[in-house]
This record gives sequence, C-alpha cells and structure tokens, in this order.
Amino acid sequence: MCLAVPGQLLSIDDGDALTRLGRVSFAGVVKQASLAYVPEAEPGDYVLVHAGFAITVLDEVEALRTLAYLAEFEPEDLP
Amino acid sequence: MKYVDEFRDPAAARRCAEAIARIATRPWTIMEICGGQTHAIVRHGIDRMLPDGIALLHGPGCPVCVTPAGIIDAAIAIASRPEVTFCSFGDMLRVPGEGGSLLAAKARGADVRMVYSPLDALAIARAYPGRKIVFFAIGFETTAPTTAMAVLQAEREGLRNFSLLVSHVLVPPAIEALLGAPDNGVQGFLAAGHVCTVMGYWEYEPIARRYGIPIVVTGFEPLDLLQGLYLCIRQLEEGRAEVENQYSRSVQRDGNRTAQEVLTRVFAVQPQRWRGLGEIPASGLGLAPAYAGYDALLRFADVAVPPERHGECISGEILRGVKKPADCPAFGTRCTPEHPLGATMVSSEGACAAYYRYRRPRSTALAATGGTL
Repeated sequence: MCLAVPGQLLSIDDGDALTRLGRVSFAGVVKQASLAYVPEAEPGDYVLVHAGFAITVLDEVEALRTLAYLAEFEPEDLP
Repeated sequence: MKYVDEFRDPAAARRCAEAIARIATRPWTIMEICGGQTHAIVRHGIDRMLPDGIALLHGPGCPVCVTPAGIIDAAIAIASRPEVTFCSFGDMLRVPGEGGSLLAAKARGADVRMVYSPLDALAIARAYPGRKIVFFAIGFETTAPTTAMAVLQAEREGLRNFSLLVSHVLVPPAIEALLGAPDNGVQGFLAAGHVCTVMGYWEYEPIARRYGIPIVVTGFEPLDLLQGLYLCIRQLEEGRAEVENQYSRSVQRDGNRTAQEVLTRVFAVQPQRWRGLGEIPASGLGLAPAYAGYDALLRFADVAVPPERHGECISGEILRGVKKPADCPAFGTRCTPEHPLGATMVSSEGACAAYYRYRRPRSTALAATGGTL
C-alpha cells in the first residue's frame, strides 16, 4: 500500500500549488503525477510517486553515500 | 542513478549479509513495520540470508490488513446504493468483511471502481455530477496526504457529489501498542521508509528512548533492508537504542512539511480500531470538523459500522508478530489468496499472502495445483 516508485520528472504542467502536475517517466513508462507536495521539484529530478503524488525528490548525494557505505563491506574484511 | 537496480546488487547483498553474521553474537528479534518490506524480505529471501538466531517478525504495516471488517461492511452497504459510484484501491476489493467483499458486491451489480489515486475518484466525480462518488480512504501516513489533497481540490471546485469513507491509520501509536503488550518479543524495529518520507522520524525518537529499542528507518530494496538490519543489529550488540536513518535518499528528520500541513488541516487525530489489534488511542485520522461534510458516514447516516467479530482467522496474532502464517491450521488449505479467511491473506503485503506465494511447503504447493508441479 505504501508502495512508492522512483521516476524521473520530465516536465511540469501549468497549475497552482494545489493542482500542479508533472510528467514522470518510470523506466520509460510515462505517467502524470501531482507535484503538490514537492514544490521544489524540477525537470530532471527523480521523484518518488505514491498513489499519483510525488512525495519527495530523491537525493542523489545521499543515495551514493548509502551505496558507498555498503561498498565498504568487502570480502577481504573477513577476520 | 536510477534508484532501483543499484540497490539490488546480489554481490553487495551477500557482503552485507556476511557483515551481519560477523557482528551478530546473540539471537535478536527484529520487526519490520511495513507490509511492503515484508513482501520484499520474503520475495528476495532476505530472512534466509541472515545468521541463525536473527528472527524477523512481520509487523502491522499493511493498511488493507488492519482495516476493520466493520468498515468494509459499511463500504459494501454504501457501494450497494443505486446512486453511488464507489472508488477504492484495488487491494481493498477482495478483503472479506463479515458480509462478503466489495468485489462480490460489484458482481451483484454495485458500481465499484478500482482507482490508483484519490485524484482518479475526483475525476469521476467531475465527469458524473449526477452520481454520488465515494472514495474509500485507507492507508497510513504515506497515503493520507493524497486523500487530504483530494478533499482540498473538491472543496475548491465545489464538488458536492464527492465524499470519503475514511479509515486512515498512524504508525507510531501502533508501535507503542506492540511494545506495551505483555507478550512483546520485538527487540528492534525497521521503521517504514515511505511513512517517514512524509512524517519524518522525530516522532520515533521518544519511543526509542522510552522503550530502549533501536529503530532504523529503512527502505524497500534488498540492500536497504540488509543495511537496515545491519544497523539495527549493530545497535543491539552495542547496547544502543537510537533512531537511525538508512533511507536518507528519501527521508529527512522533519519529513515533508508541505504534506504534513495539508494533513493537519484536513484531518484530526482520533482513536481507531485496528483489525485484529482492537482500538488503539490516537492511532487514526478522521476528517477535521471543517471538512466533516465530506464524511460518507455522515452523508449516508443510516449506514452502520458493525462491531468486529472474531472468526477463525488469526491475523491479529500475525500482525502483532506473535504467530507466523504456518502456525495457522487454515493456512494454504481453507485459507488461500483466492478464498481468504482474513486480510493478511488478501493483500500482497500481508504476511500470509507473501508466505503463500513464496514459502509454501512443497506438499501444500502440490496440493494447490492438483499435484501437477
């Protein structure tokens, strides 16, 4: 139910704070999503979409930091 | 960065599981809150990558599973009225109340529509001004803002034929109810990454302190879940009880303030009944007095919400992590996704459905296919 899917914001349609919509590409499948909760989103950003609403703009720096943390678990670390 | 495949690398997952095995010196019991996490754990076999002694319990974070049967019966009563078009997320359609499911009502002629977003229900209300459109508003803090925005847009457009049957629930009071239960065995939590994307995680800090329990905000991909478990087990081994954020690409401590503002404008916190768990204080959201006019239970005032009865289904114990699906005598035999006795078998995020799909003993699987496997 709380499933949210990452997609890339392609473009932003007209609309005010309540009704602003964007076109979001999910690995090539393009759907419309409300941008009411991500006023800061810009085309090119990756957003997380839940029930037709973008709920956050994904942070690439933090994503890379998580992957770097995981990369430190090297097999040669074995005692 | 596509935010999916990067977090599914099998080699990195193995290394993370090895790191967990290196730091785990004692048995620990950890609960993942969210049904989406349960589904991913069972699907990817993450629990089987862990050392013996690390037990995962599957929490109550499946909104379809915790919606009381009485609300479903009310939904069916409203949906069965000739002037009503009833809109619901797909997962809810097959859940049995005491008197059948919404899908059965649809088969009997009720106008029941599956929607992907509350905005779809709003679009139907715009297109059919002569019909009464009711949206079944279920879900946790992730979903409640989407409902709230539909209410604000309906208000602005003066859509008088749109109302909501609301059964929204909140995670932190449910965690406290679990931790306060005398049979609680949970020693650490993976908090639900998308609920925290909306709400942030500051609410969990006093819970971690009060109960001395580590809480790690965790995402949904295999590497997220393994890293969340690593962080949680490291806290347990070191005797710490803090809130940590594994899912930092999506979650900030304060959450999504814009969504929270709309949420607190449209909804008010209220006591809430949970299927299988009973009533939990301050654990639900109802429409705030200013928006009570959108409440379907007020618009259709003759529809009653019957009290919960207890049948054969043990979903309450499943949702509290006290029992596993295989502990139920009906699992996989009298209770299957096609003929569910309870909600945990219906939703793909329910623990029973996940175990049925990915973990059936071979003999049961054979029986279910008529022995043709």
